[in-house]
Amino acid sequence: MSENLYEPIPMRIVRRYDLIENVRFFQVRPVEIEKALTINYKPGQFMMVSLFGVSEAPFSISSSPSRPGLLEFGIRKIGVLTEQLFKLKENEIIHIRGPYGNGFPIEKMYEYNLIIIAGGLGAVPLRSLLLYALDNRDLFKKIYFLYGARRPNEMLFLREFLELKEREDLECLLTVDKDDTGTWTEKIGVVTELFRYLKDIDPQKTYAAVCGPPVMYRFVIDKLVNLQIPKHQILMTLERRMRCGMGKCGHCVIGSIYTCVDGPVFTYWDVLHMKDLI
Amino acid sequence: MKAYKLKKEYLKEYLKSLEDFGEVWGPIKKKDIDVYEKISDYSLLNLNALRPILPLKKFLIPPKFNTFFYTKDGKYENALKDIKKRIIFGVHPCEIHALLVLDRLYKERYPDYYYLTHRKSTLIIAFSCVPDDKCFARSLNTHFVEEGFDLGFTDLDEYYLVWVGSSEGDDLLRHRLDLFEEKITSKDLNHYIEWRKWRDNQYQLNLDLTAMPDIMELSYDLEVWNEIGEKCLSCGTCSMVCPTCTCFNIVDHLGIDNEPGRRERFWDSCMLKIFALVAGGFNFREKRADRVKLWYTHKLKAFITEFGKPACVGCGRCIANCPVNINVLEITKILKGEEIKK
Repeated sequence: MSENLYEPIPMRIVRRYDLIENVRFFQVRPVEIEKALTINYKPGQFMMVSLFGVSEAPFSISSSPSRPGLLEFGIRKIGVLTEQLFKLKENEIIHIRGPYGNGFPIEKMYEYNLIIIAGGLGAVPLRSLLLYALDNRDLFKKIYFLYGARRPNEMLFLREFLELKEREDLECLLTVDKDDTGTWTEKIGVVTELFRYLKDIDPQKTYAAVCGPPVMYRFVIDKLVNLQIPKHQILMTLERRMRCGMGKCGHCVIGSIYTCVDGPVFTYWDVLHMKDLI
Repeated sequence: MKAYKLKKEYLKEYLKSLEDFGEVWGPIKKKDIDVYEKISDYSLLNLNALRPILPLKKFLIPPKFNTFFYTKDGKYENALKDIKKRIIFGVHPCEIHALLVLDRLYKERYPDYYYLTHRKSTLIIAFSCVPDDKCFARSLNTHFVEEGFDLGFTDLDEYYLVWVGSSEGDDLLRHRLDLFEEKITSKDLNHYIEWRKWRDNQYQLNLDLTAMPDIMELSYDLEVWNEIGEKCLSCGTCSMVCPTCTCFNIVDHLGIDNEPGRRERFWDSCMLKIFALVAGGFNFREKRADRVKLWYTHKLKAFITEFGKPACVGCGRCIANCPVNINVLEITKILKGEEIKK
């Protein structure tokens, strides 16, 4: 009998807490601890998460393979599956298969500057890339992390990112559209306004990675193109309905490609020459 | 490939004998519709059937089946039971070409366990055909096959020429070697050549897919897609009957009344409105025109990019079954600006 790639493996929730209202952090590890170190993935890949009798859906991995053993997700309560996921507590079991997708072309990004630009929930997959780059700091040149949310209480991983500001080997810039708390000490304005803090960047030696709400892409990409970063070095990760993750079920097809196998990471050039990507 | 001869009067007896290997299925007419059915009465076999409404894919990816059961102790248990060997008789060359496409899609890059399991239990007996006014396989070069079957029957009037396409096919033939004749004469050869010439000339329809990937690309923003979208009913019939359409959905069902819960996989269609809907309510292909366009882009462009050939084999099922006459011939004609018959 051939291997059944649809069979998910049981994972134990070891930690969970709310990142913001309706977005929860889940840290899981294989129930069989020997399997913990066998799960290899790349930043930008995703997993199919299953709940008994509910359904199965794709979720971006938020942890970095440079910190093996635990998988992390940032999950928004938005549908039937996530509603049930939010009812689970530590020690309860979920099922996962994967990883799937192309992920970020990490090796190609070595020796380059990195500009990581996240909006809202886009911080979930980009955190994987950010942590990977920080854990392998010598492999990259300058690292910029630009993150915008609508309000302070809508910013994911806020404490973690504030701590990053203390590091001198990266520029971590956080902004909110509006501060309704009166206690916000970081920038105010949309994420594109953070571009003025990018200094002396050789665009040819720079990769940019973007993830955020659809409205954000056009403005951010305009900025990146203005900086003269080559189109094929502007990366973005996309969302589609998926049922299999393996280029079979057809739900994520866009024109001639499968988002689940050929993506979810695409370059700006892909977006320009293949239709309907964004 | 070795060939034998089988006298026509032995066909039923031979097929019946194959029940020693497994279930024998073939085309049977039900009311006015040809369907692949398990044969119990061999006199019901419709040897003239050209396109059983659901193609061969129904044996390899059943329209609906359970993939897993959830057990009480929290495990996913394989729900796929051992599949009885099935011998499918009466499969025409175009359908076998579709099968070869599915084999690539499901066996390469992330092999699909369910497809492979069904595929291994399925033997194919090809059967020659004489095209009708809806067939256009010849123009796609799918009117003839040299692989993808275990036995291949060519109808040469008073006897069948039987090609042995695989080792298992050889077993099927040797099971009743007494019914077959091994000697092929020069008269048989001439007979075959004459038949091929005659049969290949019976095609009335032609589908010219030259430059189709480019035409799909160039027509992308044209108004004509909206007009086609207006006509389309989004019923998904084309996907159900197309031998290369195999998109699917997966849904979980809770166990009721001590039954185990189950995960079910079933045919889906990109023509249906919610196909590309994501959590949160955004639909990537809300417009009908976009869905029709995707369907044809996938057949006539994406497959050519991925597998070097289109995902159309010229079987004519879309012509026979679309309630509003949208089909691959009409679409290509419209896109090429050729005259459309009303």
